[in-house]
Amino acid sequence: MIIEHPLLGPRDAQEFTCLGDASLINRPDWQEDDAVNRFYEYLYLRDNPAGEHRELWYHEQGDRSWLVVTRNTVTHEILRVELAIDVARTARSKDRT
Amino acid sequence: MRYSGFRVIKEALTGHKGWKPAWREPDPQPEYDYVIIGGGGHGLATAYYLAKEFGQKRIAVLEKGWIGGGNVGRNTTIIRSNYLLDGNEPFYEFSLKLWEGLEQDFNFNAMVSQRGIVNLFHTDGQRDAYVRRGNVMLLNGADAEYLSPEQLKSELPFLNFDNARFPIKGGLAQRRGGTVRHDAVAWGYARGADQHGVDIIQNCEVTGIRRQDGRITGVDTSRGFIGAKKIGCAVAGNSGRLMAMVDKRLPIESHVLQAFVSEGLKPVLPNVVTFGAGHFYISQSDKGGLVFGGDIDGYNSYAQRGNLPVVEDVCESGMAIMPMIGRARLLRMWGGVMDMSMDGSPIIDRTDIYGLYFNGGWCYGGFKATPASGWCFAHLLARDEPHATATAYRFDRFRKGLMIDEKGAGAQPNLH
Repeated sequence: MIIEHPLLGPRDAQEFTCLGDASLINRPDWQEDDAVNRFYEYLYLRDNPAGEHRELWYHEQGDRSWLVVTRNTVTHEILRVELAIDVARTARSKDRT
Repeated sequence: MRYSGFRVIKEALTGHKGWKPAWREPDPQPEYDYVIIGGGGHGLATAYYLAKEFGQKRIAVLEKGWIGGGNVGRNTTIIRSNYLLDGNEPFYEFSLKLWEGLEQDFNFNAMVSQRGIVNLFHTDGQRDAYVRRGNVMLLNGADAEYLSPEQLKSELPFLNFDNARFPIKGGLAQRRGGTVRHDAVAWGYARGADQHGVDIIQNCEVTGIRRQDGRITGVDTSRGFIGAKKIGCAVAGNSGRLMAMVDKRLPIESHVLQAFVSEGLKPVLPNVVTFGAGHFYISQSDKGGLVFGGDIDGYNSYAQRGNLPVVEDVCESGMAIMPMIGRARLLRMWGGVMDMSMDGSPIIDRTDIYGLYFNGGWCYGGFKATPASGWCFAHLLARDEPHATATAYRFDRFRKGLMIDEKGAGAQPNLH
């Protein structure tokens, strides 16, 4: 697989490690009343879709950036690559509004 | 029809006209007591033991393709019971004991070959860990044997003992481990189940699970609605897809694992050998091909095929311990979809929907578990309580912190 890095261009997937579902960006608030349950779901439960899947990849052998890669788990086709920091910031600014 | 040597001779003398199909191809009934989704090794074994050992009737196995077309037909055929943790070792030893009597039990030649398995170790620390593991195995009634480098040299002289980086310092052997003809496991269980009245319905894809007042009523399939009192789900890599039909998320990710076969060679490798410094396991099939595999690719996949970096990694690992295989050509490689759980151990449990039961999360160790998985799942389905060896395989172990994490890798499915 070739990952189209937003800053570095096309890079071999071998340079990356895959962490898993991009929902791992959304760490629950530990002060919530049901934080225990939220952390259980956050850490252990997955959608695990067959088809489009947003996931976190770390450019370990490169610029050490975290990416959110949208990839089809049935065909391995990579549909979209974003910097994880942008994704997290967008989500946070949406939360505020 | 019973298979026997006498039968083979009789059929040979009468023109092989007496053989019948090994199982029927029935149309689905409107309702069953038990519907098992998934006609792989685990699903067929479940149906077989439900009918044979637990005396249940009106059982169907639904398979969307043909039986045995998933992971039971795509693995490296190794059986063993060399686990460390309490939740696992009794279960896998139970499985190995079932393997030992399996062919007589279901009257089918599954070519169970107890040729032994050797786990190599390469450091002093690893030796201590394997000695501990061996002791755990012995305490659980399994067999384990410590092999010194000298013993290994006489048994497996072709290993790369003086590798500069990973010298081989010995091995942990389980002589009762070995290999099995994987397809024959599916066929044997299918035939056995069929003889006990189980309907095996192929080309019948489940498209929905119907519920009413918190309990299941049946399944919608490509061949119409089939009513069910209890549903058992045993679909390995497709567990997430199936449980999504009842809006349930699982502690499971689907990953691809590749396996490889070389061209046929004369007998060179007497048993199963695993590498201790990388992830590599190898045996030689009865046809002569070297059958080997390594790590999963590491990203979610339903593709049943992997990518080349892992091929290179697996072959490098093989060359590191067994340089002689470098001249053999790779004949075939394939991928299977693994239901990788959050602690690397399986789940055999009820769900919170009445009548719906789940069997999955086998990671890439499901083949050796086939008989015990079927037996324990049948036990749970028939009696509504877990089998004594499978009490730890519950959904709520993640919530309660009772993980069975052999590798100690944490909630990271691609590292188990």
